[in-house]
Amino acid sequence: MNAPVSMGPRPRNLLDFQDWTPERLTAILDNADTMLQVLDRPVKKVPALQGLTVCNAFFENSTRTRTSFELAARRMSADVLTFAAGASSVNKGESLRDTLEVLTSYKVDAYIVRHHASGAAHLVAKYSGKPVINAGDGRRAHPTQALLDAYTVRQEFGSLEGKTVAILGDVRHSRVARSNAELLPKLGAKVVLCGPATLLPAGLAALPGVTLTTDPREAVRGAHAVMALRLQRERMTGGFLGSLQEYADTYQVNERLMQEAESGAVVLHPGPMNRDLEISGEAADGPRSRILKQVENGQAIRMSVLYHLLVGRE
Amino acid sequence: MTPKATILTSDEVRRALTRIAHEIIERNKGAQQLALIGVHTRGIPLAARLAQKLSELEGVDVPTGMLDITLYRDDLSEVAQQPIIRETQVPFDLRDRRVVLVDDVLYTGRTVRAALDALIDLGRPAGIQLAVLVDRGHRELPIRADYVGKNLPTAANEVVKVKVQETDGVDSVELWDLEALR
Repeated sequence: MNAPVSMGPRPRNLLDFQDWTPERLTAILDNADTMLQVLDRPVKKVPALQGLTVCNAFFENSTRTRTSFELAARRMSADVLTFAAGASSVNKGESLRDTLEVLTSYKVDAYIVRHHASGAAHLVAKYSGKPVINAGDGRRAHPTQALLDAYTVRQEFGSLEGKTVAILGDVRHSRVARSNAELLPKLGAKVVLCGPATLLPAGLAALPGVTLTTDPREAVRGAHAVMALRLQRERMTGGFLGSLQEYADTYQVNERLMQEAESGAVVLHPGPMNRDLEISGEAADGPRSRILKQVENGQAIRMSVLYHLLVGRE
Repeated sequence: MTPKATILTSDEVRRALTRIAHEIIERNKGAQQLALIGVHTRGIPLAARLAQKLSELEGVDVPTGMLDITLYRDDLSEVAQQPIIRETQVPFDLRDRRVVLVDDVLYTGRTVRAALDALIDLGRPAGIQLAVLVDRGHRELPIRADYVGKNLPTAANEVVKVKVQETDGVDSVELWDLEALR
């Protein structure tokens, strides 16, 4: 029953993919198959995390990620303590570290952290001493979203090896794009990042298996999956765009653009969507869309991640 | 390295399974509405072989499935650094079926307890029976098998190794000293 040696030492946290071997990441995707089966049964629950308490510490607004993690933890029989910063003493000026000390006194076994500041999940890992899953920190990383994206593409094509995923839109402000750019090449896929030059940090081209372009037709050509990113207007402090209409005319993922992709290519979006801005309603709801599949897969992936971090001998 | 003793040879494994198949038919008055579910790993080929024998004896195709109990273990924090999840596949409705759970060795009873929990989460069978090739004793839970190929009193420092043609290339049951395997 021991894990194969090739998987490498088990990382304590999932903050990004730096310490994670392709073998271990593949095992997370493989086990998500089993978790999907669990979700398909009359009893959608297994006792693997019975007795453990998972804290859903959300310092930034979120609906789908928070509920997905909460359900995932409950499906594994963990107790869930949900902490939403909007309704907490954080609003009274309490620091992240003080908040953590309070939560730790409740005997929490693991943290799921979302925070508007890049690196916040690292800080929680450092001070809590418990396993931490990054549920999105600033612009830096959103590893479980990338895993569910990878899983959705693998589900479609059987493998990620040799596949191309085009990611279009506001790359600059997207932790989803960054995590996908880090993860997908580890699993054998190529990533093309595309957006207006103002929203496309040149530094990302240094990542292995990642190319950058400002031309959406070039980005999508030959792609097996096309992901539209939400235009994060709330994070834009400068004049990144001429006009929203101009942006939509050029970078919107729609049926016309999808004609450039592989014939069986699928459409992805991490949500929430700005319909008819970064993605057309037709593409979002059409036969190529796997957007709802991503949501369903998200729960299975998060169950699998919880299993990988919390189950087993220290 | 050699085993301390060979408990069952290939022929004896075959005879034990044939006897179990007869007992299953006897107890259930035939093979209708039965299902066989093997527990990973070696319970699966044993379940398949029992299904084959039931088919030969009764002319009934008994559906078979496979069950992984990893997510139901009560020792998940001790068993391995990363316990591996294997496939569970029960491609038929359990309702109104009498299920025979099949495993190679019955020891503490904890695997069977986990298997019962896993099985009940998949549906509500009319009943569950337990068939094992070897019962080596040392129960930690009040569980007993309905069909046993070989009762084998063992010491705690002994290991029972069941080999099956499908995964090990040979059918046999061997008794080993734990020390010899370390």
